[in-house]
Amino acid sequence: MKTKMSSRDKTFWAITIPVLVLFFTFNTLPMIKGFIYSFTNYRGYGSYDYVGLRNYIDLFTDARVGKSYLFTFKYALSGTVLVNVLALIMALGLNSKIRFKSALRGIYFVPNILGGLVIGYIFSFFFTYILPALGNALDIEFLKNSILASEKYAWIGVLIVGVWQAVAMNTIIYISGLQTVPREVYEASMLDGASKWREFWAITFPLVMPFVTINLVLSTKNFLMVFDQIMSLTRGGPAQSTESISYLIYRNGMDGGQFGFQSANAVLFFIVIVAISVFQMTVMNKKEEQL
Amino acid sequence: MKTKNKFEDFKPNWVLTIVLILGTITVFFPLYMAIIIAFKQPSEMTNDVAGALAFPAKWSLDNFKQAMEVTDFWNSLGNSLLITISTIVLSVLIHSTAGYAIGRAMARKKIFRIFYLYIVSGMFVPFSILMMPLVKQTAQMGLGNRLGVILLYVVFYMPMNVLLYTGYLKNLPLALEEAADIDGATTWSAYWKILFPLMMPMHATVAILTALGTWNDVMTPLVIMSGTGQNTLPLAQLNFQTQFGTNYNLAFSSYILALVPILIFYVICQKQILDGVANGAVKG
Repeated sequence: MKTKMSSRDKTFWAITIPVLVLFFTFNTLPMIKGFIYSFTNYRGYGSYDYVGLRNYIDLFTDARVGKSYLFTFKYALSGTVLVNVLALIMALGLNSKIRFKSALRGIYFVPNILGGLVIGYIFSFFFTYILPALGNALDIEFLKNSILASEKYAWIGVLIVGVWQAVAMNTIIYISGLQTVPREVYEASMLDGASKWREFWAITFPLVMPFVTINLVLSTKNFLMVFDQIMSLTRGGPAQSTESISYLIYRNGMDGGQFGFQSANAVLFFIVIVAISVFQMTVMNKKEEQL
Repeated sequence: MKTKNKFEDFKPNWVLTIVLILGTITVFFPLYMAIIIAFKQPSEMTNDVAGALAFPAKWSLDNFKQAMEVTDFWNSLGNSLLITISTIVLSVLIHSTAGYAIGRAMARKKIFRIFYLYIVSGMFVPFSILMMPLVKQTAQMGLGNRLGVILLYVVFYMPMNVLLYTGYLKNLPLALEEAADIDGATTWSAYWKILFPLMMPMHATVAILTALGTWNDVMTPLVIMSGTGQNTLPLAQLNFQTQFGTNYNLAFSSYILALVPILIFYVICQKQILDGVANGAVKG
């Protein structure tokens, strides 16, 4: 028995070691390298020097970096709230006694399987030509110019596309959450004569709370890392008003000669993502326990 | 679960049904617009709303033919298929085996628990922090190509998939392997003969989540494959933007061509995709 067990363990080691090597080589190693580069003035080519914490200090005074964090946070916060409210409403609708239930669920999921880049191009045309044409036809001043060309409103265009694509995913997750609520609970509340509104807040919401946590963490992370839609809708413009952190790191790190500096930005971005995710999970876990 | 009781047979809510049907306009409108423009000629694109949204004078596939040539469609499609399918196959094989070894071993050995947490924590690592070093590293290793992209996907999806597989394995009793053990089968062969087929539902979930992620991804092939002259389907849309110029009809034909394969896949596997997505998120 003893030898048998050890052959089992040997198999486990033989599987795990190559997997760990692969993961280390293409995940941990580049991360360590990125961390090291963040202390240099490397431009992506040629020679470089170590500059200590210089890049990190500069991050906090660099206007463009600050602007990209502001945009990304504004975008992620609005996106997460909008997506979750809409998705919960959609899920309640799609989970109630309606006809064509599975067809409707299927249709509403379509935006999520389509690639963000191509969808961005399609919406870009919509914002640039269709909406202004509509504005002219109906004489609505606000719509007459493309919102993507407006420094003030371009982010809303990006937000619309992001939300349009993301709602579907969260809806599906909320639906599976709603299905975990036992029917008897509703029958009981119906007998008690509770209003639909009260029923939702007193019964449904607390029971789907774990799914709210999943959805908040997922959508915050996805919105924070926005890239494809920026690439196809605005390329960060106008006047860098829609430059997300991922886009800035790509743009200036790969081509802008800021390899070292943007590495520091990436390290900071990583810390921010971990901090936000951990914060969300602890807060929500506490909420779940209270309920 | 699907058995209808009296409660459910209650008359359907038609008002809500109609509201939800009308709501699908938000899904269909952008696609309708894209299809209409894709079929039109540039001369038909007047500056009012009708110019873009009215039916084309004639439904001709010329735009699509031209778009296929301009964007090297078949080659890009081939690359996308090659990358996505290879990633799925490798992920299912490698991640399930890894999930099995780590999941089973960590019940008894602390070190494997550490390995598990090490891999799963990779979920929080954004691509941005790996991007720049990876471009250098893959170039040095001769992996700045399709093979490199596949390899990177296998690594990037490892945290989520290992988490899903180990979670699923907890429900598969050890007795299955012990029985095989007594029959004299090695751990390795018992895994492939007994456990691997039993994990079929999780293989489907993993395959679908991995497929949706890799098929639509732009960033990885953009930075890793640049310079090879090869494109994936989304990457081709980005790289040929300048060649479309102001010919939106040509551009939209190309966008439609890029969306069609995944739409076909969705129509065929809709149920599995929706189940897979719900499964993955809830278990993860």
